[in-house]
Amino acid sequence: MEQVMTQKNQKMHPHKFTLWVAMGSITMMFAGFTSAYIVKSNMAGWVPVQMPSIFYLSTFLILASSGTIYLAKKKFQERAMAQYRVLVTVTAALGILFTITQYLGFAELWGQKVTFSESVAGSFFYIISGVHALHVLGGVIALLVIFLRAFSSKTRYYSTTPIEVASIYWHFVDVLWLYLFVFFILVS
Amino acid sequence: METTHTHVVSVSQEAHDETHHGHHHHHETFLTKYVFSQDHKTIAKQFLITGMFWALVGGLFSVIFRLQLGYPDAKFPWLEDLLGEWAKGGQLQAEAYYALVTMHGTVLVFFVLTAGLSGTFSNFLIPLQIGARDMASPFLNMLSYWFFFIASIVMLSSLFVQTGPFSGGWTAYPPLSALGQASPGSKVGMDLWLVSMALFVVSSLLGGLNYIATVLNMRTKGMSMTRMPLTIWAFFFTAVLGVLSFPVLFSGFILLIFDRHFGTSFYLSDIYINGQALPNEGGSAILYQHLFWFLGHPEVYIILLPAMGMVSEILSVNSRKPIFGYMAMVGSLFAIAILAFLVWAHHMFVTGLNPFLGAFFVLLTLLIAVPSAIKVFNWLTTIWRGNLKFTPAMLFALGFVSLFISGGLTGIFLGNSALDIHLHDTYFVIAHFHIVMGVASMFGMFAGIYHWYPKMYGRYLNNTLGYVHFWVTMIGAYLIFWPMHYEGLAGMPRRYYKFDIWESFKHFGSLNQFISIISIIVFLVQILFLINFFYSIWKGRKVTSQNPWGANTLEWTTPINPGHGNWEGDLPEVHRWAYDYGKDGKEFISQTTPVAADESRH
Repeated sequence: MEQVMTQKNQKMHPHKFTLWVAMGSITMMFAGFTSAYIVKSNMAGWVPVQMPSIFYLSTFLILASSGTIYLAKKKFQERAMAQYRVLVTVTAALGILFTITQYLGFAELWGQKVTFSESVAGSFFYIISGVHALHVLGGVIALLVIFLRAFSSKTRYYSTTPIEVASIYWHFVDVLWLYLFVFFILVS
Repeated sequence: METTHTHVVSVSQEAHDETHHGHHHHHETFLTKYVFSQDHKTIAKQFLITGMFWALVGGLFSVIFRLQLGYPDAKFPWLEDLLGEWAKGGQLQAEAYYALVTMHGTVLVFFVLTAGLSGTFSNFLIPLQIGARDMASPFLNMLSYWFFFIASIVMLSSLFVQTGPFSGGWTAYPPLSALGQASPGSKVGMDLWLVSMALFVVSSLLGGLNYIATVLNMRTKGMSMTRMPLTIWAFFFTAVLGVLSFPVLFSGFILLIFDRHFGTSFYLSDIYINGQALPNEGGSAILYQHLFWFLGHPEVYIILLPAMGMVSEILSVNSRKPIFGYMAMVGSLFAIAILAFLVWAHHMFVTGLNPFLGAFFVLLTLLIAVPSAIKVFNWLTTIWRGNLKFTPAMLFALGFVSLFISGGLTGIFLGNSALDIHLHDTYFVIAHFHIVMGVASMFGMFAGIYHWYPKMYGRYLNNTLGYVHFWVTMIGAYLIFWPMHYEGLAGMPRRYYKFDIWESFKHFGSLNQFISIISIIVFLVQILFLINFFYSIWKGRKVTSQNPWGANTLEWTTPINPGHGNWEGDLPEVHRWAYDYGKDGKEFISQTTPVAADESRH
């Protein structure tokens, strides 16, 4: 025991740290999904699906929401609460719009006979994007919680940790979507 | 055996006045103190007792199917009283046999040796041994237990549905698990199995996140990573394995649920069942096996690593010697954790896996022998010429080492893809994984319970019953599983209901009876242990000194019955590693003792 570190390791807030580990865990789930997709796509009888064009719009929406939550965090740190509330609302709305456009894309594909029983590639596509959309909705719920807190008249919140945790997670689901988007285009 | 009873060394630090602890806590009701508790120590006990319940159920199942294997033609009318339809005319039905085998595996692997072992001791020991008042998030920790509890309720309820619980093996391979018409157990029993396992995965993830965040962020002053007891290193790697592998299993389960209920074809293709051709095309059953074993193999180490960590600690304390090769122990835990992710396909050598690819998995699998051997050598050199105190905990720790060696050696046979063609799915595999993973981890768990019981309940377990428990279990485990190696080498397949159509296995009839009888005896001794456990909670000999084993780690600096928050006043400060035993003529030096000027080395 020659090298000894005596000072306490207090670099990161435990909640933030837990979130990072959780994101690693979620990443593993999608790694499982996408590696299954790759394995299957190399087998006989694989018919790739065409990505619905509205998914380009949803990609734009989620990218924009990453920008708004970044600004929201900045405004919170500056204690510009009015702008902060607007930006959090816009972010949550963009998240919901993202989910709606995803659903519209699913409906379009389903209309083209890409159904669970007809297309294995389609089934993968629905489930992987769907599980991702659920994670976005989870983020929306987190935003709603801090949103309600921002309007609470009784208590004032000064800790930046909740909005930081929410924004890290939001950027994460954004990057995760970009990965899936590029993945679907390349592997198809 | 005279000396074994004198192990309760009194310690320099006098016990705190018992009436003093807990006085500064806010008022706790029965509900917040014992039911929805956020105290890691109470949650640990909840995990332990739920795990014990499941061990009793899973163990009883094995006794019942061992009766079938030992006495395939006998009739047991009481079995019909117990199981009803499942044992019509006193004879276990084939479907019931498969259900019992499946439930035995599921329950023991996940509910007992994952939740019951890691859930109990990670919860109990991480805050106590790193000097924290509680987990990083006590609330998530409580949720982790209650998700496990609900998973337990759902799994338990699947035992009582009319078509029975899932019966396609604990690995739940499709198509058996994907098609309701495949067998009675694949109907609602399988749905309940999936729901229960999904809840269980959530519970494990919540727990694992907390363990990692706590170990990395909540260590007390002076507790650097390299001063942590090996138990904490083991729990840490266990949690990392769980957090990275359970989500992959979860993704496999999601696909399975869609195959079962929404008409997808991830795992199904070209199936003809009950005279009817299914429309599913383009699926692959092997895909599920990849996803499953990507969790399934790390799961083996999720079960084993906590036992390894606790055994390291207990061997060192009861040998009154420092652990041999601390950094090598940490390094080998790390190596095992990495390799755990790279060997999953050795469960699939005979699925048509490319033999060229298989060769890499053989190599990586056999590589695990290196860190495993390092650990064994270090345990042996730790006890070598030690001043051994044969407490029940120490005996179980020694038993663990013995089982890990004998079970590990047969792993070298099985890791070889050529030998595996003959040995796969035989009783040789059963013998291997029960000894090296099942019974060994169970021994680690028993060692942990006997060793930390005084800290959990402020009382001791009865020693005599402990010795009876150890010797019968130890001898019994070898008597049960050793003969199975011979049966397996002869080619006797696992999971079969009856062997009477094979002339070649007929001469194993009396051997099977022998195994069955021993397993009943061993099961009864476990009930003795349970009686000891619950009796001692209320009536056991009281602990009178703060540090009954003379150990260095921080949990023994807390009051005898610590309240929520563990330490009264300030958190302890750590000045040294956990293994200064027999140094400079002192029997032991607590981690909280500052380094003195005259110490020989540090």
